[in-house]
Amino acid sequence: MSETATEQVLTTKDGRPLKASLARALRREKLRALVLIAPLLIFVLLTFVAPIADMLFRSVENSIVEDTLPQTVNALQDWDPSSGEVPGEPVFAALAADLQVAVDLKTHTRLGSRLNYEKTGISSLFRKTGRRVKKMTEPPYKEQFLKADKKWGQVDTWQTLKQFSPRYTDGYFLSSLDAERTSEGLQMKPEDEQIYLLLFGRTMMLSIAITVSCLLLGYPIAFLLAQLPLRTSNLLMILVLLPFWTSLLVRTSAWKVLLQQQGVINDFLVWIGLISDANRLVMINNQTGTIIAMTHILLPFMILPLYSVMKTISPTYVRAAKSLGATDWTAFWRVYFPQSVPGIGAGAVLVFILAIGYYITPELVGGTSGIFISNRIAYHISSSLNWGLAAALGTLLLAAVMILFIVYDKIVGIDNVKLG
Amino acid sequence: MKLKSTILAGTAVALLGSSALAADMTIVSWGGAYSASQNNAYHKPYMEMNPDVNIINDESSAEAVAKLRAMNEAGNITWDLVDVVASDAIRLCDEGLALEINPDTDLAAAPDGTPASEDFGDLLVSECFIPQIVYSTTFGFRSDIAEWNGKEPDDICDVFDLETFPGKRSLEKRPINNVEWALLCDGVAKEDVYDVLETEEGLDRALAKLDTIKDQVVWWSAGAETPQLLADKEVVIGSTYNGRLFALIEEQKQPVKMLWDAQVFDLDGWIVPAGLPDDRKAAVMEYVKFATDTQRLADQAKYISYGPARASSAPLVGKHADLGIDMAPHMPTDPNNAKNTFLYNYEWWADYRDDLDAKFQAWLAK
Amino acid sequence: MKKGVGDLMPSNRGASVRYENVQKSYDGEILVVKNLNLDIPPGEFLTMLGPSGSGKTTCLMMLAGFEPATHGEIFLNDRPINNVPPHKRGIGMVFQNYALFPHMSVAENLAFPLQVRNVGKAEQEEKVKRALEMVELGDFGNRRPAQLSGGQQQRVAVARALVFDPELVLMDEPLGALDKQLREQMQYEIKHIHENLGVTVVYVTHDQTEALTMSDRVAVFNDGVIQQLSTPDSLYEDPQNSFVAQFIGENNKLSGKVIGVSGNECLVELDDGTQLKADKVNVNAVGDRTTLSLRPERVEFEPASSMENLVQGRIEELIYLGDHIRVRMSVAGNDEFIVKVRNRGERRKLETGETVPIGWAINDCKALDAVA
Repeated sequence: MSETATEQVLTTKDGRPLKASLARALRREKLRALVLIAPLLIFVLLTFVAPIADMLFRSVENSIVEDTLPQTVNALQDWDPSSGEVPGEPVFAALAADLQVAVDLKTHTRLGSRLNYEKTGISSLFRKTGRRVKKMTEPPYKEQFLKADKKWGQVDTWQTLKQFSPRYTDGYFLSSLDAERTSEGLQMKPEDEQIYLLLFGRTMMLSIAITVSCLLLGYPIAFLLAQLPLRTSNLLMILVLLPFWTSLLVRTSAWKVLLQQQGVINDFLVWIGLISDANRLVMINNQTGTIIAMTHILLPFMILPLYSVMKTISPTYVRAAKSLGATDWTAFWRVYFPQSVPGIGAGAVLVFILAIGYYITPELVGGTSGIFISNRIAYHISSSLNWGLAAALGTLLLAAVMILFIVYDKIVGIDNVKLG
Repeated sequence: MKLKSTILAGTAVALLGSSALAADMTIVSWGGAYSASQNNAYHKPYMEMNPDVNIINDESSAEAVAKLRAMNEAGNITWDLVDVVASDAIRLCDEGLALEINPDTDLAAAPDGTPASEDFGDLLVSECFIPQIVYSTTFGFRSDIAEWNGKEPDDICDVFDLETFPGKRSLEKRPINNVEWALLCDGVAKEDVYDVLETEEGLDRALAKLDTIKDQVVWWSAGAETPQLLADKEVVIGSTYNGRLFALIEEQKQPVKMLWDAQVFDLDGWIVPAGLPDDRKAAVMEYVKFATDTQRLADQAKYISYGPARASSAPLVGKHADLGIDMAPHMPTDPNNAKNTFLYNYEWWADYRDDLDAKFQAWLAK
Repeated sequence: MKKGVGDLMPSNRGASVRYENVQKSYDGEILVVKNLNLDIPPGEFLTMLGPSGSGKTTCLMMLAGFEPATHGEIFLNDRPINNVPPHKRGIGMVFQNYALFPHMSVAENLAFPLQVRNVGKAEQEEKVKRALEMVELGDFGNRRPAQLSGGQQQRVAVARALVFDPELVLMDEPLGALDKQLREQMQYEIKHIHENLGVTVVYVTHDQTEALTMSDRVAVFNDGVIQQLSTPDSLYEDPQNSFVAQFIGENNKLSGKVIGVSGNECLVELDDGTQLKADKVNVNAVGDRTTLSLRPERVEFEPASSMENLVQGRIEELIYLGDHIRVRMSVAGNDEFIVKVRNRGERRKLETGETVPIGWAINDCKALDAVA
């Protein structure tokens, strides 16, 4: 710091400190900028940040048990599941009181559905008990409950209830990782129920495969487009974008017609004699189908950033390399290719992120081996209504993408990505 | 000044529009031939009788459960009536998303005075569910497969017989129905199926049976897939809803036949979303009373080969409106078709669906 | 260069270049190069000068191998090279925007031509170091091109084109992107490098000052044809046609008709009837239309009566430029007649509107082809 700055504060003509004056002038600028971006900011907050925050919250939220059975939860605090005995009469009395209220509000079946995700059978247990609880007016309740359903006499039932009574749970995340908390502590689920880790892994592998095949197919096309005169390349660009003009379902169905065993490609291969009629290729309803169809759908997302980056690479670089003695290949590999890497980065990130979230196409052409984690998320959102689990799976997927981004940043550098 | 008057005018139009909307009724269904049959049998006559009601069709039944939950959370129910399968109705009822109804007061009695609760009988599987049709999930097979040497499957277990009936099969990508069929063909008695399935070993047994044909199976998730796969010769035998197969055989004239053995009956019907304002609720209950009476349910069978859910409707089923063929023999409930049927256990599946589905998907992914 | 560059770089013999009947068309309709014949001896600094679209860059690109000749043959050291791909021609090239590889450091850029030639690692380093020193950028090896100033980038580009000891270096408007002062400095540096190394340089520019400053010979291009090929001084002093006269330096035009010829001189009657004597350069016979070309600095005010050409001119405008005064006059119907008067401080003050006698020698006035 220079000494004059401390000794003598610079001022404007009317005697205000220069810095304050400058800040004032800049503040108006900032305010103006803020007003300009406000609509977008609000839009993003409402449509993007809020839902994601909601999703993160849902993946741990579990207030339904305490809200529905407040007295029971309280009474259960003193019960020790490892005792091997079902709770005593006070807990049953609390349950009866809670259920009387819950049945009036019709929330008991809802709680049953929630706990049924954790322990099969609780759904009908609550439904059945709900029909009987109105008649339970006199103690002892324990007997009456056991008469209504013998599951009330099982420690497992009560353990589940106790385990999921806190307002927040890690149960959804454990399920998402094929793990569970049993009386013996944290452990993996039985092998015949493990699926999510497999699907996470497969989603990553297939998305990488799709990204790589998009790159292999898209790079030469983008290269060609960048070399051609603008008019021709615009025409070809329309062809590249053509898939966007038809609906996703139509395109995917078209792939079915082409790829199935009695489909156009197999018919052609049989006709030219390359394969026999008995050995028609299986190209759909498996991973191959998913990779082919998704590569087709996502190819433009690879080509566009590649093209726009390549367009900025002056042809003189390659000429310079050749004049310096490089063969065509060396000139391409040492001079052109490195300069197109930002486009590859942008295209690959774009395709990978889009691929990782796809579910319609894998559902239609992926069979059993070509489906993604998103298909399970969609199932839990729309079919099983297990939104907590869907949220946990979604959160993990988001985390996986973030981690990949960080890895990508470490290896390639995030500033080495440009869209043109 | 001008801007202000424009805004005022716009508000006025919007207000007028919303008062006109009061007579709109949004009915959600599955689309395609099924919605068309409802339109012909229910919506058109109802709108003729009530010119002030305007029925809007929405084809979102496939995602109805999730959407109803989202609407409920948002506190803005835009649907008036939703067509769902029975298991979804149970789920919606459990979640408090569907309105409970009283069949005898809310629904019309049969022409002979039988109360609705008796006329529908066992098909009232949930307090919220108003049954409409009985459909079945059953198999269709191609009748022109040379390798079968003139034999035709007539038993559910022929689906598992790759030696006599080689070729690909299509099955639904979920455990329901598939595990039951597998156990039936693994020697389990019909009445024991669910008891066996409840055990760990029972499910393993079912999956082991399915393992014998797993590499020959194309798994479907939309009802339209099996008819397409059969038409394309991609599969030789496949399960789907009987109405889809009817269209394939009778309308598209494909060389496909029905294997009715061990068909699984399922129900489809209405639910009224919970939390409707009173005026909309009253309007939709009036519609429901009309659309589920004996004659209306029988009328629907003119357009699609699903059986009416009322006992009193069965004798009234006539001919197909376009094809002119008798519909009764194409109903899953026809005695010739229903020699061996299997009844879907809703209560059981409501408990075991999540658990079995997880295990089934894990098995599929292997 | 201030230092003896010859000590740093081994001087190598330059290559000879020959164009024989070379034609070039891009679209099959228009010839952008029309029957070019050009002989460049080893070690020459030849500049192709011309306005844009004149075909000069195309000629350079054909020599580099980036554009195939439509017809004719190009020889490098008497070897036909039409079918030799660019990377085998061994020609160094400096591009308009330098074309330094942005993803490589300066040293990597310089090493590139050596690497592709499989030069040993130690020798590479040695040569890169020497080349950097040659252009006085010894400490800049690790920088990226984007971190250098325009002039520094330009030097790196020159060094890169020379580092693999080519016999021929092509330069395509290499100084175009620099500001005036830097451009002048670089002109000298390139000229000195050429002198020290002895390589043949083919240099393309549209800037006549650059051409005149640096070149051994200049080929003036227009419309796909070399209008004149000669040393810078004869280009200025003895333009062979109106285009060259007009393109090189400042020039006064007076159009008229030849009315008499004797030996190397001719008598021309201007359109207003004035008769003038001129060098017969590009006219043939009496009756030919001609344009007389006259450099502004060769016109004298109040000339001696012995001057061959004497006319009256009216002063229209005076512009004071320090070392000289620029006088716009109306002479023989031409309002744009410019005279440069050296500012000696002793001359009487000229006045606008004044009519004064002016004159010039026959040798300074060239009778060239008529321009429309």
